[in-house]
Amino acid sequence: MFLQFSLSSLARTFHEYLASNIGEGFLLQVLEMVIMGLVLIVFLVLLCFFLGYMERKVAAFMQVRLGPNRVGPKGSMQIVADTIKLLLKEGLTPNSSDKFLFNLAPMIMVITSFLVVAPLAFSSNFQIWDTSIGILYVSSVSSMAVIGILMAGWSSNNKYSLLGAMRSGAQIVSYELSIGLSLISIVILSGSLQMSEIIQSQQNGWWLLKGHFPVWISFVIFIIASTAEINRAPFDLAEAEQELTAGFHTEYSGMKFAMFLLSEYINLFVVSAIAATVFLGGWMPFHIGNFAAFNQVMDYIPGFFWFMGKTMFIIFIIMWFRWTFPRLRVDQLLNLEWKYLLPISMVNTILVTIMAIYGLHF
Amino acid sequence: MNLLGEDIVNENGEFVINMGPQHPSTHGVLHLKIWLQGETILRVQPHLGYIHRSIEKMSESLSYRNFIFATSRMDYLSAHINNLACALCVEQGLEVEVPERAKVIRLLMAELTRLSSHQLWWGSTGLDLGAVTPFFHAFREREGILEVIEETCGARLTQNYMVPGGVMMDLHPDFQRKTKAILKQVKEKISEYHELLSGNIIFQQRTQGVGYISPEDAVSFGMTGPCARASGVSCDVRKWYPYSGYEGVQFDEILETGGDCYARYQVRMKEMMQSVSIIEQLIDSIPEGEIQAKTKNVLKLPKGEFYQKVETARGELGVYIVSDGAASPYRVKYRSPNFSNLSAMSHMAKGAKIGDLVAIMATMDLIIPDIDR
Repeated sequence: MFLQFSLSSLARTFHEYLASNIGEGFLLQVLEMVIMGLVLIVFLVLLCFFLGYMERKVAAFMQVRLGPNRVGPKGSMQIVADTIKLLLKEGLTPNSSDKFLFNLAPMIMVITSFLVVAPLAFSSNFQIWDTSIGILYVSSVSSMAVIGILMAGWSSNNKYSLLGAMRSGAQIVSYELSIGLSLISIVILSGSLQMSEIIQSQQNGWWLLKGHFPVWISFVIFIIASTAEINRAPFDLAEAEQELTAGFHTEYSGMKFAMFLLSEYINLFVVSAIAATVFLGGWMPFHIGNFAAFNQVMDYIPGFFWFMGKTMFIIFIIMWFRWTFPRLRVDQLLNLEWKYLLPISMVNTILVTIMAIYGLHF
Repeated sequence: MNLLGEDIVNENGEFVINMGPQHPSTHGVLHLKIWLQGETILRVQPHLGYIHRSIEKMSESLSYRNFIFATSRMDYLSAHINNLACALCVEQGLEVEVPERAKVIRLLMAELTRLSSHQLWWGSTGLDLGAVTPFFHAFREREGILEVIEETCGARLTQNYMVPGGVMMDLHPDFQRKTKAILKQVKEKISEYHELLSGNIIFQQRTQGVGYISPEDAVSFGMTGPCARASGVSCDVRKWYPYSGYEGVQFDEILETGGDCYARYQVRMKEMMQSVSIIEQLIDSIPEGEIQAKTKNVLKLPKGEFYQKVETARGELGVYIVSDGAASPYRVKYRSPNFSNLSAMSHMAKGAKIGDLVAIMATMDLIIPDIDR
C-alpha cells in the first residue's frame, strides 16, 4: 500500500476531490492554477532558505570556520532571521533613478525565475506543465532574466551599476549559446523537447552514463555555461564586489535586494534541476543492467528524492566553484565562451548527431 | 546620456568613475579617479589625504621615547619594523650599543611581523581576485603568529615593543615553543596556499602579464621591496645595508624577472619561506643577557641629522631625524615604501581592465595609512 503512494496519485486524488465539489470546468482550472502557484511559491521560498543555509555551511566548511550556529538548531533559523531583517529594512529608491523601472527590475528577475520552474518534473507524472517544447521554453524564458539585470543597472543611474549590467548583458547573451547547444545534444539523443519524454528515454540508463564522451563534454559545458548564466562565481562579473562594489544591485536595499537574492537561488536550483533532468535522468532511479535485486531496492526510493538528490549534488558542485575559484576578467570570460566553449559545443553537436544516427550509444 | 539627460561621459568621450574612498578593494581610504573607455583604463589618478594624521608634525612635540610609537599606526601591518627603524635611528644618535639578546629578539619580531603581513596580503589578494576562501586560510596561520606576538608584547596589531636601546620587556617563556609550532604549521600550509591559489589557471591568467613594470621604470618611480624585486631590481635593505644583526643570518634575496602581478605574488610567497628560515636560524640560539642598554631617562640627541632605513614587508622605510639638541626631534621625515610604490600605479594600469587594476592594487600590497601618514 505504501509503495503505491506517489506524488502523482496525491495530485490526482486532490484533483478528483476538487472536481467532485466544484465540477470540471473553467473555475476548477483557475482554482488549481492559483493553488499550484501558491504551492510553488512556498516551496521555492523554503527551498531558497535551505539553499542559503546550505551555501553558508558549505562556505564555512571550506573556509575553516563553523558558519551559522546560533539561531535555531544548528543555526538553521539564521536565514529566517535574515529574511525578517530584510523585510523590516527600508527599500530605498534613489532620487535620481527611474523609479518605475527601478522597482520593476527585481520583480522581473523573480518572475522569470518562477516561470522557468513550470516544466520541471519533480517526480513521475508530477509536474506543472508538461509542454511539448519544455527545453525550448526553459532556455527562452530564462534568458529574459538579462532584461531585469539591464533594467536594474540602467535605472539605478549609478556608474558602477551600469558597468555591472553591461558586463552581465554580454555574458548572459554569450553563454546562452553554449547552454542551448549542450541541451540540443540531449534533445538529439532522446528525440524530444518534452521533459517527461527526455526522462522516459533514460529509463535504462542516464544519458551521462550511456552517452559516451560527447555527452560528458556537453555536461561539463552545461555546468560551466550555466554557472555563468546565473551570474555565480567565478563568473560573477556583474556583481564583482571587489571591482564594482555590488554591480547592478548596488543601489538596492531591503526586500528589493532580497528579491535579487531569491532569484539567484531559484536560478541556481533551476539550472541544477535541468542538468539533473537531462543528463542524470531526473526522477529516474539508478539501475544497473540486469541486476534485478539492486534495481528493485533503488525503485523503493521515491522519485522525488532521486530528483532532489541529483539536483543538490549539482548545486553543491556549483557552490564548490564559488568558494574555491578566483573571478575571471571580462575579456577572459568572453574568450572562454567564443574561443573555446562554443566551437567545442558545435563539434560536439555533430558528434552527438553521428552517434544518434548510427545508434552508437548504449 | 543618463536618465536625467546628463552626459555620463566627459567631453572626450571618457567614462570617469571614482574608486573609493569607500570601496571594497582599496583596503582603506584610497581614492582613485579612473578614466575609462568601456572597460579599458585610460589613466588612473590617486587622490591622497583621507587618512592624513600628521604623524611627522606630531613627532616634533613628542619625546624620543614616545614618537616611535606613532609609527605603529603608519604601516600597521609591519608595526614592529617601523618601530625598529625609529629605535635604530635614535640609537644612532645616542651612540648606544644594543645588547645581543635585544638584537636577536628584534630580528625575530621583525621577521614574524613580515610573515604575518605577507599572510594577510596573500588572503586579501585572493579576496580581491574574487576567491574568498584564501582569506580565511591566511587568517588561520596569521592568528598563530599574532598570538605569539601578543604574549610577548601585549598587542596584536599596533605593537609598541621596540624602545631606544633594546626592547621593552623580555620574551614570554613559551615564546620558543609556540614559535616553532607556528613555523611548522606555516611551512605545511604554504604548500596548501600554492595548491589553492597559485596553481589555479584562472588566478594565473588574471595575474600573468598584468601590471607589467620594467626594472628601469621601477627604479625611476622609486619602487622598493617585493614590488621592485619582482622586476629584478635588487634592493633588499637587509642585504645591502644590514642592520640589527641581519649580517649574521643566512637568507636569499628573492628576485623575479617577470615584473607583472604574478612575479610580485611569487616574490612574496618565497619571502615567506625566507622569513621562516631566518626565524629558524635564530630561535634556538637567543643569547642570554640584558634586553635593554642603559639609557638616560630623558633622551637627547646631539645636534645633527640622522637617517636609518630598514626593509619593511612592503619595501624601504627611511627615518630621517633632524635634532637641535632638545628632548624632542626638530623635524622627522619618513620615506614610506607605499607612497613611492603607489606612484607607479597609473603607469602599470594604463590600458588594463578594471579587474586588472584590482589585481595590481592587491599585488602591490598597499597600506593606505602608510601613504598618507
